[in-house]
Amino acid sequence: MGVLLQANNVSKHYGSYVALSDVNMSIAEGEFISIVGPNGAGKSTLVNVLTGFLKPTKGSVHFQGGDIAGIGPVELGRRGMARAFQLVNIFPDLSVRETLSVAVASRLKRIGNPLRSLRRDGELQEAVEDVAAVFGFSQRLDRTTRTLSQGEKKLLDVASAFALQPELILVDEPTSGVSTADKHGIMELLVQAAKRTGVKGIIQVEHDMDLVARYSDRIIALQSGKVLADEAPETFFRNPALISAVVGTRTPVVAERRRA
Amino acid sequence: MTQEALTSARMARPSLVLPRAHGYGIILVILAFMAALPLVASTYVLTLMVPFFAFAIALLGLNLLFGYTGLLSFGHAMFLAIGAYTTAAMTSKLGIMSFELILLTTVAVSVLVAIPVGFLCVRYTKIFFGMLTLAFGMLLHSFLFKFYGITGGDQGMRVLRPLLLGMEIEGGKTAYLTGPFYFYALGLLALLSFVMWRIVQSPFGLHLKAIRDNEQKAAYLGVRVARMRLYAFVISGIYGAIGGSILAISVGLADPEMAYWTQSGNLVFMTVLGGSASFAGPVVGALAFIILQDEVMSLTQYWRFVMGAILILLVIFFPRGLTGIADSIAARFRGGQ
Repeated sequence: MGVLLQANNVSKHYGSYVALSDVNMSIAEGEFISIVGPNGAGKSTLVNVLTGFLKPTKGSVHFQGGDIAGIGPVELGRRGMARAFQLVNIFPDLSVRETLSVAVASRLKRIGNPLRSLRRDGELQEAVEDVAAVFGFSQRLDRTTRTLSQGEKKLLDVASAFALQPELILVDEPTSGVSTADKHGIMELLVQAAKRTGVKGIIQVEHDMDLVARYSDRIIALQSGKVLADEAPETFFRNPALISAVVGTRTPVVAERRRA
Repeated sequence: MTQEALTSARMARPSLVLPRAHGYGIILVILAFMAALPLVASTYVLTLMVPFFAFAIALLGLNLLFGYTGLLSFGHAMFLAIGAYTTAAMTSKLGIMSFELILLTTVAVSVLVAIPVGFLCVRYTKIFFGMLTLAFGMLLHSFLFKFYGITGGDQGMRVLRPLLLGMEIEGGKTAYLTGPFYFYALGLLALLSFVMWRIVQSPFGLHLKAIRDNEQKAAYLGVRVARMRLYAFVISGIYGAIGGSILAISVGLADPEMAYWTQSGNLVFMTVLGGSASFAGPVVGALAFIILQDEVMSLTQYWRFVMGAILILLVIFFPRGLTGIADSIAARFRGGQ
């Protein structure tokens, strides 16, 4: 399996503050990776560096063989990486169909001619409806996004990232602010959607150890800007010191649940 | 569960429904009404309608920037003035009388100005964008006002009546404005509103709306934010300049007041009056403004006071403007059935 994304000795300094220090990580095709760690561990900085939004102070990030330091969101998407956000990040006045169409129109390069019809573009509409179907939005295509529930908004955010048909998708707490019952629904959809749409890798930042344990192929734990562990869930959750360093006290319950 | 959703979506495929046409429908009604108006209306009313066509075109452009892209320009009158002065210079200085040629030149000049100005302005949003456009507008105003030798200063520059489709029009100014030029300008409004409707219904227009709603999210979905804003700025500049050209011909003069910030304010007022959320809003706003201004001016010399009061009431009680009010009434009517 080829390597999709690779971070080599990445450090990020803000003045004298070291947000990331010598981080090495990679994701191979077919992997689902969770990045975990307490607040202030450097997760957000790492995500921003991995998506080319921030230039690392030292080291490099390679995606599909090319350095992506500071390339910006549009170029990132063109090279095949998409990103969904921790906070609900939607277009409040656009419909579900329009939201997905934004991404599909970028992917199919439909912007050059401003007189081209959106509605009568069969290929574009079909692609939109396919993504909508994967995420269960088929019956709600014409709903205005602001009228969706919190969970639906998060899901639409993720769905719109999938509409770019990326190779790699990076999701920042896809289930934060969503009820426990819905969390697993979203994660299941995410994994299913990846399989169905040809996404080759998923990186997620997640606090919920239950979800981390259940869905990850590998867990990368950060602490104070350093990689504390980079292990499969089986070994990760067998190490109580590691778990408490990352999340504190709740974890034994999680570990038991996984075994159950 | 998702498989189920997938099949049901495929069965429900003929969902390529027509876009809600009410926005454009209102414009078609207005266009038809205006086409029939010369049969019944007085000459005076017809001379009022030519500026309406001019403002309507300029506002369709302004609203691409405001209603669709989320950028409010307080200096858009600069494009009216660019159109007006280009028309004046061509007809009275260079003796080029073909209106088609004048329009093409107007478009070219507005693009040449809009690209550098837009390039600087679209780096900013909200109030900063508004102030920067205001500053450029005032810069142009000062230039027009001070450079007497080139622009005629406060005297302005005369605009001669151009040939339409290469034809010399018999008769006086009024006959020209209420006859051939009336229909020509109406035709331009019809054409340009159709083009704008296509623009806002296109993937291009969708990307503009995405920028308006959430520029960060838009960028991560592949929207080239700065470039798209610049395109919107240039298109709105072209519309503004064409409007300015028509306006100058109807007045017979290009004067610096056309670029003054109060003129930009009028454009924003008309947009708010009609409602920026609707495609037809600005056109309705321009018509309402022209009629209102004429009515109020004939009633009282304090017409600015009355217009100001109307603006305040609108913003407080009907922020979606006249088309917003019409929408609510229509919705209530549908709900009542």
